[in-house]
Amino acid sequence: MAGDILVVAEHQAGTVKRPSLEALTCAAGLAGSLGGSVVALLAGDGADQAASACGQHGAARVLTLDVDISDTTAWASAVAGVASHESPSLVLFSQSNRGKDLAPRVAALLGLPLASDCTNISADGGALVARRPVFAGKALVNVTATGTMLATLRPNAVSASVNPAAGETSAAEITAPTRGLGAVLAEIVAAASEKVELTEAPIVVSGGRGMKEAENFHLIEDLATALGGAVGASRAVVDAGWRPHAEQVGQTGKTVSPQLYIAVAISGAIQHLAGMRTSNYIVAINKDAEAPIFKVADYGIVGDAFEVVPRLIEAVKELKAHA
Amino acid sequence: MNIVVCIKRVPATDSRIKVGADGTSIDDSQLEWIISPYDEFAVEAALQMKEAAGEGEVTVMTMGPAESTKELRTCLAMGCDKAVLLTDPDSGTRDAHTTAHALAKAIQGLSPDLVLCGKVAVDRDQGQVGSLLGGILDMPCITEIKALSITDGKATVERAGDSGTTETWTVSLPAVLTTTKGLNEPRYAGLKGIMAAKKKPIDEQEAQLGEAALTIKSLELPPPRREGRIIGEGPEAVTELVRLLREEAKIL
Repeated sequence: MAGDILVVAEHQAGTVKRPSLEALTCAAGLAGSLGGSVVALLAGDGADQAASACGQHGAARVLTLDVDISDTTAWASAVAGVASHESPSLVLFSQSNRGKDLAPRVAALLGLPLASDCTNISADGGALVARRPVFAGKALVNVTATGTMLATLRPNAVSASVNPAAGETSAAEITAPTRGLGAVLAEIVAAASEKVELTEAPIVVSGGRGMKEAENFHLIEDLATALGGAVGASRAVVDAGWRPHAEQVGQTGKTVSPQLYIAVAISGAIQHLAGMRTSNYIVAINKDAEAPIFKVADYGIVGDAFEVVPRLIEAVKELKAHA
Repeated sequence: MNIVVCIKRVPATDSRIKVGADGTSIDDSQLEWIISPYDEFAVEAALQMKEAAGEGEVTVMTMGPAESTKELRTCLAMGCDKAVLLTDPDSGTRDAHTTAHALAKAIQGLSPDLVLCGKVAVDRDQGQVGSLLGGILDMPCITEIKALSITDGKATVERAGDSGTTETWTVSLPAVLTTTKGLNEPRYAGLKGIMAAKKKPIDEQEAQLGEAALTIKSLELPPPRREGRIIGEGPEAVTELVRLLREEAKIL
């Protein structure tokens, strides 16, 4: 009903993903001012186990949907069916790898506008206002819709907090007609090791051209592993073929805003800074004291990455061993 | 093989962005303009598909101001056969919904086998138009492809899935595909191409715009970051860094 927020939540084998908990938290804060409540929509194997975490993070009702979510078109048609039935004021997704693929398909089916990759959503009278970065974060725009809208929330923009809705959370299994469109998933090839999704990672360690050659990236990987973070790269490194494009941070790569961003041997071109400047804390390690990256670094170390990074890995490992 | 490629004219990625006098759009007086980088992969893919098929036509389309003929000419010089310009002086502020509907109306008349777009235009960063086109045109859509081949009326594509996985999809044509870096190396237009492009047609028509679904209330620059601080030199500074990350940032 009007005032409600439908949150399309993602989970991994029954554990709700952190960006979805953030979306639920954002929705819980907003539902009050809209005079509605939060409805979580889960799909895929293990959805039942994920229901209570949705309730803990603000959902008054949890709906579970039996649909093959590997087919994004089928998933989208089911979500659109539920959204039509529930008629909420806002349908909220996370701007995750799946969410950014799913949300525009649902928007097309419903014929409703979508504000993607928002960092904040608020209510101004009866109208929703979504704040979203443009030009890779060089500017911010506030957009508003007169009626129902869809939005995706950027990971790490809101911190997830436990905020149970009043009363008992009710869970219900629902059905919605699905329709695929002739796209067939033939194969999924796993990565050599399971990777933390760059845009969702709480800590990102990125390497630049100053790493000298591809082989030296083991230092970046080791530091990321020690910290439980993801590996990023500058454009120069990706263009040189040292790292895959999926790791590129910047205007023609990914925009990240982790709790901690560590830039190693990255000078800080404007396109790179655009992709990481909203990080909560920035650490820069660079030989050149004049490098632009130091202008945005909360903690800068002027020094040779090949001397500083091994020492930092050692210190982090020691800290974790005693934690 | 009849292919439509959608591109967008955007400010160069090294541009400094200033807010315009109206407070809702950018000051575009000092900007250099380029084809959005992800769209170049779409143009290159279209040309390669046509060359592999040995027949067909590649139409490059944009919605934009009259100046977008410059970016369309570049695509024609790369090898596209014809261009369609849907004129809209305010295209830079349109929401994806409005843009996709205007493009879809023009695409429908061309009955393409394949529609290609970059995964996102690097100005508004909406990343929706390809998926919306799939929905509006009722075609399957696979986003952010990094490999593409076509046999027997089916496209086989690869894209990055969750957690570092690679997904392989097969999709029946007609279809919409959005492209990302790694798919190919876009060609440069040679002198011969540039000369040939002068004779190729650009069909200019007014964009058919519906009512805007999302309106821009304000555009602003992000708040300035805390002043940068150098905490030390060389490996000896690591002790202080770890202390600050623990005690001040409370991260470690």
